[in-house]
Amino acid sequence: MRVAAKRAERLVNLVIALLGTRQYVSAAKIRTIVPGYEPDDGTERADEAFKRMFERDKAELREIGVPLETGRTSAFDTEDGYRIARADYELPEITLTGEEAAAVGLALRLWQSAQLAGAAQSALVKLRAAGVEVDSGRGVPIQPRLDAGEPAFEPCYAAARDRRVLTFDYRRPDEAAPHGRRVQPWGVVAWHGHWYLVGHDLDRQAPRVFRLSRVTGTPKAGGPAGAFSPPADLDLAAVVARQESRAEQLVVVRARPGTAIGLRRTAVPLGPAEDGDDRLQLRTTEPEQLADTLAAYGADVLVEAPRTVRAAVVERLTRLAALGEPR
Amino acid sequence: MTAPSTAERMTRLLTLVPYLQARPDGVRLADAAGDFGVTEAQLRRDLDLLWVCGLPGHGPGDLIDLAFEGDRVRVTFTAGMVRPLRLSTDEAVALIVALRTLLEMPGLAEGEAVSRALAKVSAAAGHPGDVHAPVAVSVGAAEQSLAVVRDGLERGRALHLHYYVPSRDERTERTVDPMRLLLVDGRWYLEAWCRNVEGTRLFRLDRIDEVSVLESPAAPPAEATERDLDSGLYQPGAESPLVRLRLARTARWVADYYPVEDVAEVADPDGGLAVAVRTSDLSWARRLVSSLGGAALVDSPAELAAQVAGEARAALARYAD
Repeated sequence: MRVAAKRAERLVNLVIALLGTRQYVSAAKIRTIVPGYEPDDGTERADEAFKRMFERDKAELREIGVPLETGRTSAFDTEDGYRIARADYELPEITLTGEEAAAVGLALRLWQSAQLAGAAQSALVKLRAAGVEVDSGRGVPIQPRLDAGEPAFEPCYAAARDRRVLTFDYRRPDEAAPHGRRVQPWGVVAWHGHWYLVGHDLDRQAPRVFRLSRVTGTPKAGGPAGAFSPPADLDLAAVVARQESRAEQLVVVRARPGTAIGLRRTAVPLGPAEDGDDRLQLRTTEPEQLADTLAAYGADVLVEAPRTVRAAVVERLTRLAALGEPR
Repeated sequence: MTAPSTAERMTRLLTLVPYLQARPDGVRLADAAGDFGVTEAQLRRDLDLLWVCGLPGHGPGDLIDLAFEGDRVRVTFTAGMVRPLRLSTDEAVALIVALRTLLEMPGLAEGEAVSRALAKVSAAAGHPGDVHAPVAVSVGAAEQSLAVVRDGLERGRALHLHYYVPSRDERTERTVDPMRLLLVDGRWYLEAWCRNVEGTRLFRLDRIDEVSVLESPAAPPAEATERDLDSGLYQPGAESPLVRLRLARTARWVADYYPVEDVAEVADPDGGLAVAVRTSDLSWARRLVSSLGGAALVDSPAELAAQVAGEARAALARYAD
């Protein structure tokens, strides 16, 4: 605890020192002006200890987003120095009206996962430190939850953010066992109630979409950050929509009066058939899925057209009729 | 890699002085702790640490100076820390993606204000508004009912619903006391006390066909409790009877969708999965099995299999005519 506090103190002093200068400051100078570093007693051991500490401190500052620059102030400098350009460090001026601040407050409550909820909290604190008054707890009881409860969400998100190659095991519903995938992850997206990873599949050399719920185990990021660039005009939801939907088909069914309420919610009524049933026109991009739904209506619904959907329903009913028989 | 707590504390330490600088009249310690989401004791430790930091030289005039007056604190010398650090990538993503999603949700926040906030935040984050973010949420088609439901919640009024129940293929009418709106994986739900069934229910907004706000005030009874979302949206009663199914490969997704027990790999059907689903509603189970078109075999109860098969035979007879 004491060590951690000493280190935090040293890091704050380092930031203050480097923010306060336009010149690049050498590591040797930093060692003398920032308290807490191993002093120079002429031994190699002390030099090594200082170097290790300073490397760790630089990495820590960069990790939290401090723009630590390396360079030389003049051609006569014999080694690289460090500085923090104030303009790159500071959050630019931002003023929000009450309504805008309320929108930000609501937006920041949308995240639940440790990673993004934590980021939302620290963004909120920074905005408050920039003088923006954000009321985060006001308003109606709305609990939007944007990010997934899927365990694969955080590793996939982090790999897409850092643009590192991701490997994971993926099990398609029609496969007996999971298969390993290597993907350049472009992003994760919620679409129609499910979470997807969108990316370039390195083995298939093509864009692919993966349902997060079918990822087994924990995905692993490998290789360097910034290893690829997603397409410039990428729309994650559009990629999923293209993959998940096909051309629209018209389907005509007969439904017994007063039945098939679910179908009627979106159907266009075509008037009564000669036997008194209601003729309904349905639209679908997923004829197989619609056939599942239609078969579940049993004798209440009869498919007129097209023949492919009619055959698909008869096929399902034939299998279902066999369920009662001993196997 | 550093532990998240170290990074968190560093971010907070670098933000505290600018935060106080933006409040020249000072701020109550308890309020500041609340704003930073830490305890008052932690905030005091942070302030104690900052007090001994400052400009090189570290003489009395170089150190950050704080003035404590009663339960308030203000900063009298910042040592050059006047603005917070820029937003990190995660922070910018959390803000920008959430605001973009709000734009897709009419009736939740004033659209114009969200657009302006998005533009300002994007500019401050140094991310143009159209930049690619590694996460996105596509919310289902703008639901008409959202604005009405929200209005009822805000004004504390009961709602009258026409609600479609897929498990029984029924359109129901009910009066409910709204408790909260939920958005889970891009889908909206209303959690409410249903006066008709006298229980707390989740209503999917895309299944609400009509909704109106009533004059009667919303008054969920004391036993109406919000469910814990972390244990899933659907929580079947522990005493409900078990339906045992064997899922073929194409129906294995059922195990992802519904809470299932006793999951085991089976060889018949090939690559199949045996599962048990708890439900007190056999008509729901019948619909599920029928909609799987034979890709789910029923091990028990036997009457479920017989019902499904009987219905299918009746339907086939119509096709044979």
